[in-house]
Amino acid sequence: SIRIIKKYTCLNMNYLLLIMIHIGVGLHAVGGVWPMPQISASSPEQYPLNPEAFYFEYGRQSEAQPGCSVLDAAFKRYFSLIFPDYFPGDNLSVCAGQASLKAETVWGALRGLETFSQLVYQDDFGSFFVNKTDIEDFPRFQFRGILLDTSRHYLPVQAILKTLDAMAYSKFNVFHWHIVDDPSFPYQSQTFPDLSAKGAFHPMTHIYTQTDVQRVISYARLRGIRVLPEFDSPGHTQSWGKGQSDLLTPCYKGGTPSGAFGPVNPTLPSTYQFIARLFKEVSSVFPDSYIHLGGDEVNFFCWKSNPDVRAFMQKMGFGTDFTKLEAFYMESIVNITSTLNKTAIVWQDVFDYHERIPEDTVLHIWKGVPYDYTKELSRITKAGKRVVLAAPWYINHIAYGQDWRKSYTVQPLNFSGTEEQKKLVIGGEVCMWGEYVDATNLTPRLWPRASAAAERLWSDEKQTSSVEKAFPRLQDFRCKLLRRGIQAEPLYVGHCRHEYQGI
Amino acid sequence: PRSTHSSIHPQRRRASEGGTTSWHLSNYQLVAQSSRYGSLWPLPQKVQLSDVSFKLTTSSFRIVDAKESSAGPSCKHLTFLNFSCHCVIFSTSTFVLWATSFEGNEYELTVNQPFAVLKAPKVWGALHGLETFSQLVYKDEFGTKNINQTTISDFPRFAHRGILLDSSRHFLPIKVILANLETMAMNKFNVFHWHIVDDQSFPYLSRTFPQLSQKGAYHPYTHVYTPADVKMVIEFARLRGIRVVPEYDTPGHTQSWGKGQADLLTPCYAGSKPSGAFGPVNPILNTTYDFMTQFFKEISTVFPDAYIHLGGDEVDFTCWKSNPDIQKFMEQQGFGQDYSKLESFYIQKLLNIVSTTNKGYMIWQEVFDNGVKLKPDTVVHVWIGGATDEEMHKVTGAGYTTILSAPWYLDYISYGQDWQKYYKVEPLSFNGTEEQKKLVIGGEACLWGEYVDATNLTPRLWPRASAVAERLWSAKDVTDISDAFNRLSAHRCRMVERDIPAEPLFSSYCPHEYKGV
Repeated sequence: SIRIIKKYTCLNMNYLLLIMIHIGVGLHAVGGVWPMPQISASSPEQYPLNPEAFYFEYGRQSEAQPGCSVLDAAFKRYFSLIFPDYFPGDNLSVCAGQASLKAETVWGALRGLETFSQLVYQDDFGSFFVNKTDIEDFPRFQFRGILLDTSRHYLPVQAILKTLDAMAYSKFNVFHWHIVDDPSFPYQSQTFPDLSAKGAFHPMTHIYTQTDVQRVISYARLRGIRVLPEFDSPGHTQSWGKGQSDLLTPCYKGGTPSGAFGPVNPTLPSTYQFIARLFKEVSSVFPDSYIHLGGDEVNFFCWKSNPDVRAFMQKMGFGTDFTKLEAFYMESIVNITSTLNKTAIVWQDVFDYHERIPEDTVLHIWKGVPYDYTKELSRITKAGKRVVLAAPWYINHIAYGQDWRKSYTVQPLNFSGTEEQKKLVIGGEVCMWGEYVDATNLTPRLWPRASAAAERLWSDEKQTSSVEKAFPRLQDFRCKLLRRGIQAEPLYVGHCRHEYQGI
Repeated sequence: PRSTHSSIHPQRRRASEGGTTSWHLSNYQLVAQSSRYGSLWPLPQKVQLSDVSFKLTTSSFRIVDAKESSAGPSCKHLTFLNFSCHCVIFSTSTFVLWATSFEGNEYELTVNQPFAVLKAPKVWGALHGLETFSQLVYKDEFGTKNINQTTISDFPRFAHRGILLDSSRHFLPIKVILANLETMAMNKFNVFHWHIVDDQSFPYLSRTFPQLSQKGAYHPYTHVYTPADVKMVIEFARLRGIRVVPEYDTPGHTQSWGKGQADLLTPCYAGSKPSGAFGPVNPILNTTYDFMTQFFKEISTVFPDAYIHLGGDEVDFTCWKSNPDIQKFMEQQGFGQDYSKLESFYIQKLLNIVSTTNKGYMIWQEVFDNGVKLKPDTVVHVWIGGATDEEMHKVTGAGYTTILSAPWYLDYISYGQDWQKYYKVEPLSFNGTEEQKKLVIGGEACLWGEYVDATNLTPRLWPRASAVAERLWSAKDVTDISDAFNRLSAHRCRMVERDIPAEPLFSSYCPHEYKGV
């Protein structure tokens, strides 16, 4: 949920007008904004901007004033974004003009600044202009996320911060940090330091210290991005067992342990003591009111092979139905998070296995093609639960050609259900799983393909249903990303005025 | 969670943990282990590694030309390399300034104490030997550089080992080209096939016809290769033993040429009037051939390689068919309705023009397929997938030297470890005699540029092209995919350490991750 500050935040932007007003062609108007704003009107009337005399200012009636850390930082950041390569010393004799940005929350103001920065353009001589424009904007969906996976490959903090910058440019507002998984455990826990000491790829160079984590959280916050941590269990936990013996289930071959381990052992009290302590730490480290508990792809093979687990199943009256054992585990840890005053998000598997979860748990749909996930959307919302849709946006799956179009044409609410049900779809998420991704290829693989989903999650679907119309705008937006130092790959043949200068 | 198509693979345990391979069904993980060949890539023809290790120190490490070496301090190649490498090199024959087409890549390397010895008949072999030497050096757990007692005798299986880059669909800044030439050398590639112009843009700044890039480049100043740029690429490549073979593809793929050279392209007709669109090069005008003569004269002086690639692929006949002057010409020549005869007519004249520059030429397979008369030393470039084996059989059967690209179109990306399918290609798997197979001089990995530019080129090319590198260099029986995975994982981390953003093979880590972000 977004905290609503019930007061006004006003900003005035001053800029200087030449006495002569150029009648521009108006092509750089609202079409130049990505994602497309909900309601907009622009005119060909062109106003030059002089970086010498341009400044942001809090309005007199604004609740937010100098000292509002998010906006103070934003003004500085957006100045550089609007005037790249600015050299002080140019002089123009001009007269003053103003633009006005109103928002109910500081996060809305951030989105407005982003939009404004995209309305400014340069002519062939390098002069800056903005057209007379009126915009009223709001997101279609509240939850617009990107998932990064820092377990399959470690991502240096710089790479995460760069991603957060690019997210802000597309108005994404949730960073789903899939921080640990089978291959490695890079999160340095204060309560259980052995988890990363034994479970990270390297205990010194491939970890996220508490300082690193706080850096990511505050960097995100200044960009209006929530950080949603995921500690996925009971599956996807191989690396946890390296530093926490007895956490994972020992697999058996015949009558003896094989040496391999399976999912978290749900039969031992020590497991729940561990989880409670770990999550207590995670709840205080990550300020977001939500925590992602995972719960996906639990393989029952190892549990089945273990005689103690089988005995536990008998004792609990689960028979041979291991989904009941998984449910038992998930329900326990969801309860743990409730007592920590956090709301849980879990993968759809938890719902599919009929687990009893609190009303406000959010389900994360990830499986299948439209036929599958539209059915799942109906089912879950019919049960009155909120849903985040990720299934159509697994863009770690690359393919030859312009696959951004697939992300763009997703229709999140095209499933059978009542209006009430549709309201339960709180948003969607682009997933960049890390099996084949690290800092060498993350940015071009993520951008601008994720931006296609960004527009689907922000803008009005009717206004943004044409791939043909979107193509030139997205191409343009991609060139803007390049200008801002984001290594976004090309959509198709062509060029940008300013090409990427790295390798 | 991963996609719904999870496969089940055995989990290999790290050597230090002991234990046997066990089945672990929830996720598959291939943990790279050490190969007995270390991190050598491509795998040399003959390698003998021992456990005896020597320490290297930067203070006392030098490369020295042996007394018997004909490569002296004036050998630009060897002195410019700032390898911190202690080798004594002696060679018994003189080196040639420019890499000749097909020889001189072999070397012998013996690592011992207090000297390592590198022998090569040509400087190009010495370069390869130095790269191999650098791959033998490793750090122990104390951070000291070590190298083991080794004997290597190496030569490439195929003489032509190339990479195609496309700087027309997207302009490629010089920096990217140079970085990839550097990486090519690390992988023992020796040909840079520069597909420099095409339909979309003409970035080559011609001194004879400056209008071509003035009007045809994406931007006449920021998106062009000046003569100085081209020189830089050629020299940079030369110092790394890489030939630069330029491709000026005609008569199709030439839209951008028409912007700065009026009357070069065929005007298309809609009914009886010109439609405003243009098609392939106009083969019926004398001005066309005057232009080509002057143009290729320049090209032959700018690019020192013995070969020029003339393209000749994917010629669309629709525009020619629509043009009344061409129809008349077809009648006069007695070609009937067979426009491939017109194409041959053009190509024939073009090849004659290029012959007068004393260059050999390479052409895409269509030119051969359409029955054009070719010089005996023409190199035919097989690229069409589907019936590749048949084509290889036909081309070599007709006695032409052949290079293979069809299975190695690296611009066709897909999810997963697709390097394996490039690695598994066997270029000589077609039906043919020994003589025929000898005509296959190598292959090229192609990275067409429709979806590629400086933002994603390097990770898309590497390490996938490395799979092709080994297939073209190493022996035919080097096919162990698990060992390749282990060596390639280490080789990939080495490229990253050398600041090349080669993308990962699978979940894992490098001791030094990429810092470029």
